[in-house]
Amino acid sequence: MSDIIKSQSNILSSNNVTIVEEADNELMTLNLGPTHPATHGIFQNILKLDGEKIVSTEMTIGYIHRAFEKIAERRPFYQITPLTDRMNYCSSPINNMGWWMTVEKLLEIKVPQRAQYLRVIVMELARISDHLICNSILGVDSGAFTGFLYLFQEREKIYEIYEEICGARLTTNMGRMGGMERDFSEVAIAKLRKWLDEFPKVMKEFEKLFTRNRIFMDRVIGVGGISGERALNYGFTGPNLRAAGVDYDVRVMEPYSSYQDFEFEIPIGTTGDTYDRFIVRNEEIWQSLRIIEQALAKLPTAEGSYFANIPDYYLPPKKEVYRSMEALIYHFKIIMGEIDAPVGEVYHSVEGGNGELGFYLLSDGGRTPYRLHFRRPCFIYYQAYPEMIKGVTLSDAIVILSSLNVIAGELDS
Amino acid sequence: MIVVSKDIILEELQGKYGEAILEVSEPYNLLTLIITKDKIKNVLEHMFEHKQWQLNFLTDLTAIHFPDLIDNEFCVVYHLHSLVNNFRIRLKVFIPLSNPEIDSATSIWEAANWMERETYDFFGIIFKGHPNLVKILNVDEQDYFPMRREYPLEDQTRRDKDDAMFGR
Amino acid sequence: MTDIKELKIVEAPDGHAGAGFFATSYSAVIGLARKNSLWPLPFATSCCGIEFMATMGSHYDISRFGSERPSFSPRQADLLMVMGTIAKKMAPIVKQVYTQMAEPRWVMAVGACASSGGIFDTYSVLQGIDRVVPVDVYVPGCPPRPEQIIEGLMQIQELAGKESYRRRNSEEYQLLMDSYNIK
Repeated sequence: MSDIIKSQSNILSSNNVTIVEEADNELMTLNLGPTHPATHGIFQNILKLDGEKIVSTEMTIGYIHRAFEKIAERRPFYQITPLTDRMNYCSSPINNMGWWMTVEKLLEIKVPQRAQYLRVIVMELARISDHLICNSILGVDSGAFTGFLYLFQEREKIYEIYEEICGARLTTNMGRMGGMERDFSEVAIAKLRKWLDEFPKVMKEFEKLFTRNRIFMDRVIGVGGISGERALNYGFTGPNLRAAGVDYDVRVMEPYSSYQDFEFEIPIGTTGDTYDRFIVRNEEIWQSLRIIEQALAKLPTAEGSYFANIPDYYLPPKKEVYRSMEALIYHFKIIMGEIDAPVGEVYHSVEGGNGELGFYLLSDGGRTPYRLHFRRPCFIYYQAYPEMIKGVTLSDAIVILSSLNVIAGELDS
Repeated sequence: MIVVSKDIILEELQGKYGEAILEVSEPYNLLTLIITKDKIKNVLEHMFEHKQWQLNFLTDLTAIHFPDLIDNEFCVVYHLHSLVNNFRIRLKVFIPLSNPEIDSATSIWEAANWMERETYDFFGIIFKGHPNLVKILNVDEQDYFPMRREYPLEDQTRRDKDDAMFGR
Repeated sequence: MTDIKELKIVEAPDGHAGAGFFATSYSAVIGLARKNSLWPLPFATSCCGIEFMATMGSHYDISRFGSERPSFSPRQADLLMVMGTIAKKMAPIVKQVYTQMAEPRWVMAVGACASSGGIFDTYSVLQGIDRVVPVDVYVPGCPPRPEQIIEGLMQIQELAGKESYRRRNSEEYQLLMDSYNIK
């Protein structure tokens, strides 16, 4: 680079024009600040660039630190679900169900099969919802806005299904200890079936726009690759790890909530670059659709009800509360938080949209946890970002960041 | 053939680090060992390099504050996972408040880097050998460690929330 | 024959029209222009940001209201929409972005967290962005539905349309800015 400048300055200085020669080895500092259109979520990267290539970066996070773990020490178990909602807010039902499963593990509650199938449907819808955001935003960041608009219309339909099930669109606060708070209504199942009919066409259209698109492929193939061993050392889990070639999926390794009853595949990539992550997420959407269809088919023959028979922990139906004394007492005790949990420590993990979402719960016998720690996948794999962007240009760094699916709520707890 | 289980691990570890293992328990089917502070790094390295066990994935690293256990106030908890054998193990180390230092695991796992920074930020536990032990989530000006039990959750200088109305 | 619905377009303000001229007051015309072309700066930090993305999508289209171009550069934006929790670490940045915006500027606090701290009454969360910047419209909700965000935008449009031409130079406004230490 400097030879060109030297030769040009020779030409120009012969015309009595002086050029200030660029000093070698001077790096430019660029602040990819907390507010930036391409970082979805607020975190800061102070990049040092040598010309166009990134040399190093200094990462600052914590711009949305809300102290979830400290709040959780002061809330009874029912009131912690809204907190878990707001961690990975793109797929909040998975967080909710993960929390309930942790509590059920602590209290040794057995959830009936129907409730487990309902939970599976909701979790897979959430996973599809999360991957839809990630892939469409990856399209936006590489310059293609259309995919975003098409897929967000489908996400609106998923929101309508959530509304039928629990009443809320985004921060769902779904589930109860021992099952779900209500069964899926006829309207919900009808909406779900209609969506299952219409969504594959839209997904295929999205794939046609991107997967073999020359411009998109040139932008993302070979960009931000990471090998399987480095990924494991960095604690990667989820689609990012599967794109690097390691087939670790919590749903298969330690099946929870009857996942062993369903047939699905785990897509894995080879090089762990951005294209692999994109394709793995697309494939996971197809596999999730398979699971939802199987669960819907198995729902009529599932055993049990949508909640476990645990009057100590599960709110009795309102009709009973108005008629029977026991139900009234249980209602009062549960709402006022008088139910104590046993002493114990439990770690449970579910396959979140980004990887292994773990809950480490230590209970000292009171009505609130003594310590609750969230093992957040985003926080752990985002550490690998400096290694992934060494030597690439700024536009590649943006694309890598999008494909990692870093969600600020999960990053900063 | 089962390559790793509670008995196999205990046999080998008790042979090698006998006195360092203070307590063994298995709450909810997760083998939990309490290790002493000086041997924890050796145990972690042993687990990482062991060819059969393959306990080489660091799932989680955090701490708990027990203000009532004098001289054992902090408990640093490691969760390890063997992806090949589908086996999890939890290691706990108790360290005193008067000297909250412990060896860092960053030389073994890169993943431990930010997890230890977060634990330092919340509890004030010093990880010896950590390349960059500074605050990560809280504001830089904060001079106390907020997750310790003695500090309140709410910001005491806020003016608009009336404690009486919020049941505090 | 098919019925073509009457398209509602923006009405002209009150004024006196004649052959080749239309006389009205500055503030009416300028208000009309401003309110129908508010360019938002989506300062999306957390969950409310996803609801904003849904509002920007084709179902609840926000560009019908003139907010066609979400600008991420403060210099080119009219409306600062703060969506999501603002932690104390982020507060100086909200203030910096606000000061970089050119007058006239409006601020909309979307969501419970931006309005008052929301469910996070903790040591690390700013209890409402009106601690650092003056806010025009608060949209409550956790997260608010896209319809509510659009209602908030319509209220900003009301404010922008009826704003006096001299408001930003008045002494009251200056006192307001001084109370926030904004130059």
